[in-house]
Order: sequence, then structure tokens, then C-alpha cells
Amino acid sequence: MELYLELTKDIRFTEGLKSCMNCGICTAICPAAEFYDYDPRIIACTVQSKDNKKIEELLKSETIWYCGECMSCKTRCPRGNTPGLIIMALRNLSQELGFFTESEKGRQQLAIKRTVGENVVYKGYCVLPESLIPELHPELGPVGEWIYENSGEVYKRVGANYKGDGEGALRKIPQESLDEIYRIFEITGGFDRFDKIEHFSKIKAESMGFPEGGDDYSDYVNHIFTTNNGKHNRQ
Amino acid sequence: MKREGKIQVWKDYQKEIADDHYFYVRSCIRQNFFPGAEQTFLKILRSELGKDICENPHHTSCSGIAYHADVVPFDTIQTIAARQFALMTEAGYQNFAVSCITSFGIYSEIIETWKEYPSELEKIRNYLKRATGREFEVPQNVAHASDIVYKFREDIANKKKFPLINQQTGQPLKIVEHIGCHYSKMFPAKGVGGAEFPNVLVGMIESWGGEVVDYPERRHCCGFGFRQYLVMSNRGYSVSNSRKKFESMEPYKPDAILCNCPGCPMFMDRWQYVIEEMEGKTYGENGQGIPVLTYEELAGLVLGYDPWDLGLQMHQTNCEPLLDKIGIQYDSSLKYAGKDGKLIGKPAMVGC
Repeated sequence: MELYLELTKDIRFTEGLKSCMNCGICTAICPAAEFYDYDPRIIACTVQSKDNKKIEELLKSETIWYCGECMSCKTRCPRGNTPGLIIMALRNLSQELGFFTESEKGRQQLAIKRTVGENVVYKGYCVLPESLIPELHPELGPVGEWIYENSGEVYKRVGANYKGDGEGALRKIPQESLDEIYRIFEITGGFDRFDKIEHFSKIKAESMGFPEGGDDYSDYVNHIFTTNNGKHNRQ
Repeated sequence: MKREGKIQVWKDYQKEIADDHYFYVRSCIRQNFFPGAEQTFLKILRSELGKDICENPHHTSCSGIAYHADVVPFDTIQTIAARQFALMTEAGYQNFAVSCITSFGIYSEIIETWKEYPSELEKIRNYLKRATGREFEVPQNVAHASDIVYKFREDIANKKKFPLINQQTGQPLKIVEHIGCHYSKMFPAKGVGGAEFPNVLVGMIESWGGEVVDYPERRHCCGFGFRQYLVMSNRGYSVSNSRKKFESMEPYKPDAILCNCPGCPMFMDRWQYVIEEMEGKTYGENGQGIPVLTYEELAGLVLGYDPWDLGLQMHQTNCEPLLDKIGIQYDSSLKYAGKDGKLIGKPAMVGC
């Protein structure tokens, strides 16, 4: 498979890579490049080379998962490139081909699919108060814990309509609307993406010694959600 | 840059913001963390400004966080956006008002894609019709909710109960602003003032009596980074980027941080608590944090709304130092009360 050709089928790629002259201003402005061992200039340089072997290495690497998609690179590139869009196309292809499970950061896609992804389809929200479990979100602090434990009262106090019918913040999305979102996922490839993430993740989980058990690889999900090998950061 | 230069840049990036009749779409993050801010926005538009703004309970998440965490394909999010536009069209509206910055960036990206690639628009029309039977018109005007508050900032100033003046010194309050990355970094023409010198929050602060304080890392991302926060083991990225901003703004002794993105104020509020826990470091006066506000909350304070109606009790970093400076009276005993004063307990610890 000509991987460069596959990338050019993604509008984000064709819009994101015009012609890179390797000036590195994207790297200078990039929040990810300050924190991770990451250099968007090299990403643009690698895909621009059209070298199939190097692009495959990129698709299997940790590197493509370091970007935060803030798109600060778009603002500053003198050639109108957007490395953040190139990254989105690379991540898309990495998941299509199952290469994402070859890296610690890539494997995290299963945890994201099972939380935020499924929330969109089945609840109509990316995030919900009941998903902000204090043990998983210690950064939300004692106030976050107080909100979690008193959610009904707290949200009512500030005028939200938590789990209620009709309009308002955190209303229950009507079932007929959720059915429409479900159909959209069926027709547009949303569920195909989900299925590929599940399929390749299960193969990886088995190979890493995480059995399915009766809980749909929950030990594997916990592992990818919390594991950091400490080798990702800029030294 | 000299102020004259900034004014010229701002003139080059003046976007059209509809005057009335908005179809409102909410933000997942704002609903979870600052639902009072959205309620305040609607109250200001309807009660203070007499504007028509419609909300349809059938609208959903745009799926933007899942899209930028790369689990939702482009075709899928385009069709979800098209469904929101269909709800707007069916309700008889043409002006789309967006609560979320991620969503605002999504809608901007999708509409620009449809302009560049008309075949994409036709494909999405077909997908939406097959999935839902719905049809849609592309909005004539897309504005972020902060654009709308910016547009009517002088009307709000004319009704103000509390100017942004430090009552203890008589000086304007010093406020740093933080613009959500997806407001204008991707499409500078979509934001008031462009990407380099956004004026949307500056305009509010100055109209309401405050002083904007510049700082070196003003345009640096708060560190959300989508997957970099969503996955627990990645959150070092998120807190490190917020920390970089706090360190940069600290020498300028800001009285508050003002944000127009739903996520940024949550992170800049909570990460101050985390940094205090990890390093014992605080960035505000007297060992406290710097209060972080949304623009709706700030507008509400200026208009004299009760801080607990606005939802300031949902912040981890105490906002009382700012309220005291403005001279706003509040009842501390009701801060953590439920509706109608019902006692529901208090957080184990507040502040940072």
C-alpha cells in the first residue's frame, strides 16, 4: 500500500501540507514540543519525503500521539501548512490499519473510544457529570468531589436541567435524537472506526497477556488509561 | 506592538456578528463545569438586551472532543454538525450562536471545507437525509457566544452595577485574558481581532472599566490537548502548559484570569489547586490562587447578579478576593447551599 497516496485521500492532509521548507516555526510555537520529545517539523518533513517505510514507522510510533491539536502551528506557518491537520490524517490512517496498537500512546485510543466516543452516541454529550468520578479525576479537587456527590442539588442551584426533559444545561437528550445520532454513526463510518479500534485492541490485549475475562478487557483498558513508561518527555 | 498598531490589526479583523435572532447550541464542557455561565448568557440576552435566542432540546454534542481525540471520523462530525444546522433551519433561524470554542472551530472548519469542496457538502447532505430525513441550510452567520457579548458590551456597560474598579485602590482591576485556541488560530478571520491580537475579551474588560495586562505566554495553549487530558497518564502535558502560563503572568499580579473557552477556565482553575498540592506554589495574593472567570460570569458580576446564582461556588480557586475588590456583597453562608438555601454539605477544602 502506498501510504502517502492513502494520506492524500484525507482532506485534512491536503489542506495541512502545502509545501514545508523546514523552517521549524511550528516546533517553536508548539506546546507539545515543549513537553514531549516531539517535533512537528520532522513530521511534515517525513510525510513530504513520500518514503513508505518512514511513513509506516511514523504510523506505528509514539510521536504522532503527542500533538494536542491546539492548531497553534496553523497561525504561524509562513507556507500555510498545518502540522496539526497532518497529525489528524496520520492518526486516522494509523487506526484504519491497526498500527495504533504498536505504541503506548496509540493504544489509549480504546479508552477514549469507550468513554468520550460512546458518550456521544449513547448520551449525546462528550462528557457527563456521572463520568467525572473523583478517583479518575483527582485534579478536579474537593470542589469537584462535592459536585459529584451532590450533583442533583448543585446543578439545580445554578439553573441546569440535569437529566430533565425539555431545554437546559445537561438535559436528557430525547431518545429519538439519540437514534438519529446512532444512524449517523452507522452511515458515515463512525461505527466502523469504533469497530476497528475494538478489533485491533483486542488482538493487542491478548498478545500482552490481558485476557478478555467476562469484562471486555477492562484490565487492559485500566492499563492503557494509567500507564506511562516515563520515556515520552523532552529531557 | 504599540497600541496604534493593534488598533489597525483589529480593524483588519472585524467579523460580522448577527444583531438578533440566534439559534443557540450548548457546550458539553460548559454544561458540566459552568452551567450557570450558560444560563447567565441566556438571561443577559433575553432579559437585559431583549434579544431572541432559541434553544432546541434535540440538539446534541457536536462530538468535537471525540473528533479531536481522533475516535470520530470527519464524515461523522460533519453530519452531526449538519443535523444541528437542520434543527436551526427547521426552527426558522439563520444565525448560529455557539457556546463552545471547540465547536466554534468545528463549525468554522466544516463550513470552510464545504466552500472549498462543494462535493463534501453534497455528500453530507446525502448522509444526513439518509440518516435522519432532514435537510439544512448553511447558517448565514456563525458567532461564538463571546462574540455576541462583545458586540453588546457597551449596552452591558450602560447597565452595570459594578465597574471593574478595585474599590480599595480606585484603580482599574488588572485582568489577563486567555483566548481558546480554536477561536481564531485556525481561521483568524473568524475571530474579532484575528489570531495574534484577539479583541473579543479585551473589548469587554475595557468597556467594563478594567485594564488588560499583557504577559509573555498570553497566547500559549492552556494545555487541554484533548487526548492529553482525557487519558489520566497524559495529564502531565495539560498541567505543565497551564503552569507555564501561570509562571508567565505571575509577575504582573493579575486580579483575575478571563477566558472565552469552556475548557480553559476549568483547567486554569483546577490546575492551580493541583500545583499547590504538588509544589506548594500559589500564584495570587496572600497565598491564594488567581480567580478564573468565564466572560458570562464576569458580565453577570458587572450587572450585579448574585455570585452563587452564577455558579462561582463550582470553582476550586476562590473567587471571593475578586468579589471583595469589586465591592460585591455576598453571603458566604449560602455559597454551598442547594436551591432555596437547602444545606447539602461543603467541599472538604476550597481554594489553593
